[in-house]
Amino acid sequence: MTAWLSGEWPWYVAGPLIGLFVPALLIVGNKVFGISASLSHLCAAVAPGKVEYFRYDWRRAGLWNLVFLAGVLLGGFLASQGGPHSIHISDATHASLVKLGIHDFSGLAPRELFTWHALLTVRGFVSVVVGGFLVGFGTAYAAGCTSGHAISGLANVQVPSLIAVIGFFAGGLAATYFILPLVIGGV
Amino acid sequence: MSTLSVSEFQGCGSGGAEKPEAPLRFLPVYLLLGAAFGFVLSRSEVLSWFRIQEMFRFQSFRMYGIIGSAVATAAVSLALIKALKLKSVQGVAISVPPKVLGSGIQYAAGGTIFGIGWALTGACPGPLFALVGNGVTVMLAAAISALLGTWSYGWIKPKVPH
Repeated sequence: MTAWLSGEWPWYVAGPLIGLFVPALLIVGNKVFGISASLSHLCAAVAPGKVEYFRYDWRRAGLWNLVFLAGVLLGGFLASQGGPHSIHISDATHASLVKLGIHDFSGLAPRELFTWHALLTVRGFVSVVVGGFLVGFGTAYAAGCTSGHAISGLANVQVPSLIAVIGFFAGGLAATYFILPLVIGGV
Repeated sequence: MSTLSVSEFQGCGSGGAEKPEAPLRFLPVYLLLGAAFGFVLSRSEVLSWFRIQEMFRFQSFRMYGIIGSAVATAAVSLALIKALKLKSVQGVAISVPPKVLGSGIQYAAGGTIFGIGWALTGACPGPLFALVGNGVTVMLAAAISALLGTWSYGWIKPKVPH
């Protein structure tokens, strides 16, 4: 039992559980499962400025989404209470990443890149700040992220979502093979 | 984006004139569902930079199994909801408004830009926040940067192709 609360779940348990958030949110309030819209709602709430895109009633459109997002943070905290956790990746990935210059495999993300201290290095700054910016810009431009397009959209058999998901992988592969070696290895 | 907003107006707005606060009663449910989602993101390890690298390097079936079975579960659930013409517990007919295709450029270009960010941070928007909860607090900086990114898109939106 405790292993289920603190260990790694097999894919065939994790995947269906993630998929069930689609019907759960529809049944609770006719809400379409998606996370990235809440980034727009936060902008609309905090600093809409004179930007047309953010001039809408964010409370009405997205308060539920922001509350859901606060829950995600809380859920992450609860999950971390089982103690420190390292990820058992495949030997092939381990070898590829060592070659790239990653040596600390003890956390959820490599500490060479994802600590406040590393933020002052080029590779930490690119991973966190540049990467974060592209996540926010890209999901707003594509009108959805992994949850909205890859899960909700593909399940609803939408062509726009299929195009978006192909884009996710095109961008991800390009970054993995061409940008990461420069960022992590080079500088 | 606009299609999503329309659906929300239908969802929250029905009967809004006489009972504007009715949807607020459901906020604790969304908090609970969000917490469950954050927990699942953590235990499934899809919030891990290492797992995302494993996926983009095609060195493990795990992420594909997770995404594939999530889509299959959601698709079967959606088909059932449509076949049974279910209503939400708030009494609204359930509908998923389709995204408007247009030229498709916004999905291809936006998707690719997000994909680069996904590989760099190792996290999509949900995991960014779940990671902060897990104690990887530097992801707060990534989340703030993501907000700046979204804001920049809103600002430049009239000038980029859709």
